[in-house]
Amino acid sequence: MRSIINYLKEIIFGVWSLLKGMKVTGSYFFRPGTIVTQKYPSNRKDLVMFDRFKGEVVMPHNEKNEHKCTGCGICELNCPNGTIEIISKTIITEDGKKKKAIDKHIYRLSMCTFCALCVKTCPSNALAFSQKFEHAVFNRALLIKTLNKPGSQLMKGVE
Amino acid sequence: MEEKEIITTPDEEQEYVINMGPQHPSTHGVLRLLVSLKGEKVKSIQPHVGYIHSGIEKMCESITYPQIIHLTDRMDYISAHINNEAVCLNVEKALEIDIPDRIKVIRTIMSELTRLQSHQLWWACFGMDLGGLTCFFYGLRDREKILDIFEETCGGRMIVSYNCPGGLMYDIHPNFQKRVKDFIKYFRKILPEYDQLLTGNVIFHERSRGIGKLTKEDAISFGVTGPTGRASGFSCDVRKHEPYSAYDRVQFKEILHTEGDTFARYIARIDEMWESMNIIEQLIDNIPEGPFAVKMKPVIKLPEGEYYQRVETARGELGVYIISDGNKNPYRVKFRSPNFSNLSVLNHIASGFKIADLVAIGGSLDLIIPDIDR
Repeated sequence: MRSIINYLKEIIFGVWSLLKGMKVTGSYFFRPGTIVTQKYPSNRKDLVMFDRFKGEVVMPHNEKNEHKCTGCGICELNCPNGTIEIISKTIITEDGKKKKAIDKHIYRLSMCTFCALCVKTCPSNALAFSQKFEHAVFNRALLIKTLNKPGSQLMKGVE
Repeated sequence: MEEKEIITTPDEEQEYVINMGPQHPSTHGVLRLLVSLKGEKVKSIQPHVGYIHSGIEKMCESITYPQIIHLTDRMDYISAHINNEAVCLNVEKALEIDIPDRIKVIRTIMSELTRLQSHQLWWACFGMDLGGLTCFFYGLRDREKILDIFEETCGGRMIVSYNCPGGLMYDIHPNFQKRVKDFIKYFRKILPEYDQLLTGNVIFHERSRGIGKLTKEDAISFGVTGPTGRASGFSCDVRKHEPYSAYDRVQFKEILHTEGDTFARYIARIDEMWESMNIIEQLIDNIPEGPFAVKMKPVIKLPEGEYYQRVETARGELGVYIISDGNKNPYRVKFRSPNFSNLSVLNHIASGFKIADLVAIGGSLDLIIPDIDR
């Protein structure tokens, strides 16, 4: 007799515990807005990423097509896996002196681990992170980017 | 070719060997378990590791100390921040740098947030392993709020890379404190819902009570740490025994249970979530003023010698062992990862139980495979 009562008790407590769980899920059934995190593809237009979000490395240019990169190579040294490659050239300045400047600042997005060491160690703050995160392309070669724009020059006053 | 004789002796006990993994949803990664079965019961388990061996320890020998940190993100990617902290603490210990209180407090808050989100993800996946798919959605929804905090302050969601030797990469975001407080307020209301949904559930009880018992002696001899070890009564919390960062100035309980079964491991993690919230609440209002990083030399060279630092990650004790020969690269780096030791106990505790229980036991160990393979 005792065992039957215990058995019935177990069943009742079991069903009760299931009902308690159903209460939680049932309450969310009537307020589905609280269970959704983000409706990503449909909110693309007004999706704002956080300022510090590490999307990809970019080199900001001003309106005169000037950047701050002096071509010192510190970012290349600090990069842990050779994502950054700097090809420099020698230019002759107005007063006739020879000077080193960048020809190409090559950034391989496919290799980047987003450790932010290049951006942090740059002595002239030439690099920054953009908030772009949709990086999918059809051709792998498109992931090798040249950060300095064609025809760009070093900003005046940056050594 | 010589034909092999097929052994057909029905009297003898025969084994049926199956592969669980490398692609199996309940191994949470590429872990291959060679399971010998007798009927439905597990006779023995042979874990085969190394499918995603990435050679992190060897790679560390050719890069500088600040560069090591981003690699440790990739080991135990769910508690990435704590891994970073371990390397930073070791380097700072070797260089004998005094770290300002602000850095220590921020690191502790971040570590506890990492532990919270790790346990949330574990809860979500554990529920899913045992057939409660709803848990997965609820767990990830709440984890998203912590990841937003990380994203705003660190710039990354899982792979944060927020620490650097001598401090932090950036200062905390102005919204950080408000967001964390909002989250704690929110999660204190949500965590009882977890209990209603899964902890009290009768099916869950039947599948976890008394399954995969691990005694205290075995936990010590296998080196099982973290919530898994503490559920067996093994007092192994590094935060308590060897406080690092700001853990010496907060009050918290070390969660200890004595049952050692799957249910105890579950309860230990749920209790740790409450404790993590207590720790964060004690620190979030009084973050001291000061710099967010100590000025370091551009090239960090450790003095010759051996250095060891251990921290408590969400899964157990992580040890970082660095041998330096005085150069800018370490001579040898060894990580004592918690998951490798926790995996070693699987054969011991799961043999004798049914194969469906193996999923529950494996889930309760909370294994992260890249941390095992490194």
